[in-house]
Amino acid sequence: MIRTNELRKDFTVRVKSGRFRREKRVVEAVAGVTLSIEPGEMVGYIGPNGAGKSTTLKMLTGVLTPSGGDVEVCGLRPVPQRTKLALNIGVVFGQRSQLWWDLPLHESFALLRHIYRVPAAEHAARLRRCRDLLDLDDFLDIPVRQLSLGQRMRGELTAALLHGPRVLFLDEPTIGLDVVSKQAVRSFLAELGATGDVTLVLTTHDLADIERLCERLVVIDHGRVVHDGTIDALHTRYGSRRSLVADLADPLPDGFVLPGATLVGVEADRHRVTFALDGVTAGVAVAGLVAAVSIRDLSVVEPDIEDVVARLYASTDAP
Amino acid sequence: MVGKDASVLTISTVGPLRGSVTTFGALVGSGFRRYTTYRQATIAGTFTNIVFGYLRCYVLLAVAAGTVGGRPGGYAPDQLVTYVWLGQGLLSVVMLWGWAELAERIRTGDVAADLLRPVAPLTAYLAADLGRAAHGMLTRFIPPVVVGALCFPMRMPTRWQTVPLFLVSVLIAVVVSFGCRYLVNATAYWLQDARGPILLWTLGAGVLGGLYFPLRLLPESVAVTLWLATPLPSILQTPLDVAAERDGPALQLGLVALQLFWAVVLLVLAAVVQKRAERRLVVQGG
Repeated sequence: MIRTNELRKDFTVRVKSGRFRREKRVVEAVAGVTLSIEPGEMVGYIGPNGAGKSTTLKMLTGVLTPSGGDVEVCGLRPVPQRTKLALNIGVVFGQRSQLWWDLPLHESFALLRHIYRVPAAEHAARLRRCRDLLDLDDFLDIPVRQLSLGQRMRGELTAALLHGPRVLFLDEPTIGLDVVSKQAVRSFLAELGATGDVTLVLTTHDLADIERLCERLVVIDHGRVVHDGTIDALHTRYGSRRSLVADLADPLPDGFVLPGATLVGVEADRHRVTFALDGVTAGVAVAGLVAAVSIRDLSVVEPDIEDVVARLYASTDAP
Repeated sequence: MVGKDASVLTISTVGPLRGSVTTFGALVGSGFRRYTTYRQATIAGTFTNIVFGYLRCYVLLAVAAGTVGGRPGGYAPDQLVTYVWLGQGLLSVVMLWGWAELAERIRTGDVAADLLRPVAPLTAYLAADLGRAAHGMLTRFIPPVVVGALCFPMRMPTRWQTVPLFLVSVLIAVVVSFGCRYLVNATAYWLQDARGPILLWTLGAGVLGGLYFPLRLLPESVAVTLWLATPLPSILQTPLDVAAERDGPALQLGLVALQLFWAVVLLVLAAVVQKRAERRLVVQGG
């Protein structure tokens, strides 16, 4: 459905280098991204700010012309065949609006039907589905400029889906939303993904979006892909381990060793300790700990995707 | 159609031409509809146009009274009244000033959303502008013309073709004005901020388009050069001269033909500029 090969985008920036002189400097926003996404896949595309996520998305949708490499979406070349591609894809930019600022939401939808030339019955069927799933009915008559961010985002999602796109690109669709709106957007997307009809590419800074929605995770940094695989594979690769956190009755003795685990944190005057589990089960580790020291409280912590990704970003910091 | 699988893509079965016309019509309708939401601005703007109409009308009638023969630039006083009041009405129909929507969308990066639609941005903006002009024709054009006709001796058309020719001329004037505004706004693709070019346009278009004074007051060679070498007189002066029957029937028609030439040139130019801009586009921020 989506194929890129060594996709690149350079931007030229002029930097002041003297009183009147300016130097040209080339910034590589995307430096050779090779991806292949199959129909029906849900892919999370993440990376720190400035990593090249949005730039990649804009090249996939035909808004930006690549500086090099090949790209193909739905069998079309995005820039030369942009208007044709537009019929096959839906795009939501969390920071931008594709709705008409001064028109009520339902008029924006009606206009989109004409722009995409969708038969009336099909349009009505899709709109009904979105109205049900996203609770649009309360604000369909309100001009877009008066909608709250959460309402507008639900409107944006609907607008992106009314022509029945085969690929949906979402650029930070949950940015700035409250917990309830985020949940609404996520469960809507999950439902959409479950049908298997739509290929979904999602960029976000909220990793909960990814955990909830995407099997596959592509991490990009400094314009390059640094990880492409499942979330579990990411944990394995970066050695993220479950950990055992214990509150002790007495301070931990010096030189204490727990077989099969590594001491990674000591706090509160050696009363609180954290062990990372190196392959032993939590039960074995707990038994070992209880046998050696007296314990007030105990918890087993699952590896946190945020930590893994933070470590991943940090490790690729030097280009 | 109940139970139809809503997720399967189908393109409308109507023919490509009919489809294009429907899409264009819907976009024109949206332009009209968007402006109907700003009622207070419409009323305030119309009021201002009428006030300035009085000022300009008295100034030009005083000029006529002080001119030997009483026909400055070849206009009789009743033709000057037509020139002023139809000009006040047309001002916001052709929208000489105050359109920076495209420049603003380029600056903020929202233009990306325009590029993601299956309609070329130039076509979409033109359609919306025609809708806006239709709204202007109904709300902003009629009141000043009625006030002018009631309070001053206005020239009524004497030829059968004047009214239809005037309406055609207004339509073309809107397209010419749109082409100019689009090009001025499109400088933002290169400059990021089009405020400078827009300011120059605002100054230049008012003076050279025939808003402040009839261009026929200028020496003939200058006026002819302006008409032939720039699209500006085609925006306001031509429809006004057509309505005031300033020239004979042949030249009346000729001026509209010249307008049409400029409309085509500007649209082609705008399409070329848009194409080039898309190749070097940088979408700002996120």
